[in-house]
Amino acid sequence: MWLKSVWAKPLLHLLCLLPFTGLLWAAFNGGLGANPVEKLTHETGAWTLRLLLLTLSLSPLRQWTGQAAWIRFRRITGLYTFFYLSCHFLIWFVADHSLDPGAMIEDIVERPYITLGFSAFLLMIPLAATSNQFMIRKLGRKWKSLHQLVYLIILLAVLHFIWLVKADYLEPGIYAIIAVILLAHRVGPIKRIGIKSAPVVR
Amino acid sequence: MIKIKKRWEIPESEVTPEPLYRRRREFMQAAGTIGGALLLNPWAAAQASLAIGDYQEKVISIDEEITEEEDATSYNNFYEFGTDKEDPKRNSKRFKTDDWQIVVSGECDKPGTYGLEDLMKPFSIEERIYRLRCVEAWSMVIPWLGVPLASVLKSLQPTSKARYVGFKTLHDPVRMPGQQRSVLNWPYREGLTIAEAMHPLTILSVGMYGKTMPNQNGAPIRLVVPWKYGFKSIKSIVGIEFSETQPRTSWNIAAPREYGFYSNVNPEVNHPRWSQKRERRIGEIFKRDTLMFNGYAEEVAELYDDLDLTVNF
Ligand code: HEM
Repeated sequence: MWLKSVWAKPLLHLLCLLPFTGLLWAAFNGGLGANPVEKLTHETGAWTLRLLLLTLSLSPLRQWTGQAAWIRFRRITGLYTFFYLSCHFLIWFVADHSLDPGAMIEDIVERPYITLGFSAFLLMIPLAATSNQFMIRKLGRKWKSLHQLVYLIILLAVLHFIWLVKADYLEPGIYAIIAVILLAHRVGPIKRIGIKSAPVVR
Repeated sequence: MIKIKKRWEIPESEVTPEPLYRRRREFMQAAGTIGGALLLNPWAAAQASLAIGDYQEKVISIDEEITEEEDATSYNNFYEFGTDKEDPKRNSKRFKTDDWQIVVSGECDKPGTYGLEDLMKPFSIEERIYRLRCVEAWSMVIPWLGVPLASVLKSLQPTSKARYVGFKTLHDPVRMPGQQRSVLNWPYREGLTIAEAMHPLTILSVGMYGKTMPNQNGAPIRLVVPWKYGFKSIKSIVGIEFSETQPRTSWNIAAPREYGFYSNVNPEVNHPRWSQKRERRIGEIFKRDTLMFNGYAEEVAELYDDLDLTVNF
C-alpha cells in the first residue's frame, strides 16, 4: 500500500515545497506580475489555507478509508501550513509595514480581517512548537486539547478571507464550505459514517 | 467657480514641435492616413473606431516616473471582465467598440444618442500625466490622452437644474463576460457633482501611452478623476445623465459604509479593509505616504470647503 511506503513522506515534503519553489522561481524571473508583493501575499495566504484544510482532512480520510496511515502525514502538512503562514505574515510585516511595529499594531487593531488573521497566526505558534515527539510525550492528554485549537484557527482563517474580499465571494465561499464539512465531521453524525479505527499519533 | 491655476496654463509655444511632429508621423504610419495641420487634426480619419491623431503633449504633468505600460495594461480592476487583476486583459481581447454610442439624458438642452466621434470630435486631445490611486492602496502614474470633461458637458448645455452628472458602463454580459455573475449591481454606475465634473482636471480619456485606449483600461472612452479613488473613474461609458439629485453609484450600493459618493483620496479617512495612509506605487516594494486628494489638494480642495470629509467620504 503506497500510503505506508517509505517514499510517501519524502514525496509529501516535495509536494509541499512545490508552491514555495514555484513562487521563488517566479520572483527571480519577473513572473509575479505588476504587483509582486500582493501576488506573494495572496499565494502564500491561499497555500496556508489549502494546507490547513488538507491537515484537517486527514483524520476524516482515515475514517472514510479505514487507513490509519493517513495520520502519519498530519505533522508534515501542519508544519508546512505554519511555514506558509510565516511567509504570509513576514511579507505583510516587511513589505506592507516596513518592519514598523507601530504601523503593524495599528493595522491589527483597525482592520478586522487582520485581527482575525493575526489571531490565527498567534494561535498556531504553540501548535507548531509542540509538534515534536518530546512535547507530545511531555504534554500527554493536554497535547490533544491544545491541538484542538486548530478548529478555532480554521474558523478565523476562513473569516479572514471572507472579510478581505471586496465583492466576489466565490473563492472564499468554496473554502468556507470545505471547512464547514470538515468541522461538521468532528461533531455531527457524519462522524459515524465509515469505519472507525483507534487514533494514532505519530 | 473653479479657477484655473497658472501652472496648468501651458502656452502652446512651450509644446515642443519636434516630438509632436514625430508623434504625428508615427500615428500616420500606424493608421495609414494623411493627417492635417499640426494640432488641427486630433482625431484620425475615421475608420471603424476612434483613433488618436495629434495631441498636445504633457498639458498637465507631474514630475514622477511613469508606470511601465506593460504593468498599467496588465494589472487592472475592471470587474466587467473578471475580478482578478489579470482577468481584464485576458477576457477583453475580443471586445469590439465599433459604432460606440453614448446616450445623453436628463437636465440638459441637447439630450440624445451620440456617436462617440460626433461627441468628441470638436475637441483637441491633450496628454495628462496623472497619479492613479486605487482604493486597494496601490498607485500608478499614467499618461492619459483625453478631453476635459467640462468641454464635452458644456457642448451638451446642462440646465440650471443639473447639479450632478451620472455615468453608466455598457451592460452586455455577452461582450463583458464578468457581468454574467452578479458580483456588482450591473450596469456599473458612477457620478460626480457638477463642480467636480466641470473641474479642469477631470477628463474623458480615449487613450494612454500615446495610443488608443486598450480594452482592459476602459475602451473606448472612460472617465479620469485623478483626486478620487480609481473606481470613480468609470470605464467604457455608454450613458451620461445630468440630474438634480445625487445619482446612486455601484460600489456605494455594494458597501455604503466603505465607499462613499465622493471617495476622494484621503489618508485621514480610515477604510475597514485598507489603511489609506500609505500606498504601493506599482514597480516598488515598500509603501509611500498617500497625499491628500492624491497630491491635487492645491487644485481641488476648494471644491470641498463646506464639506465635512469624514462624513462625506
Ligand atoms: C491561518 C492564517 C491565515 C490564512 C489561512 C490566511 C489566508 C489568506 C488568504 C486565502 C488570502 C487571500 C488570497 C487571495 O485573495 O487569493 C489572504 C490575504 C491576506 N492576508 Fe492572510 N491568512 C492568514 C493569516 C494572516 C496574517 C497573520 C496576516 C497578517 C497579519 C494576514 C494578512 C493578509 C493580507 C494583508 C492579505 C491581502 C489582503 C488584500 O489583498 O487586500 N493573513 N490571507
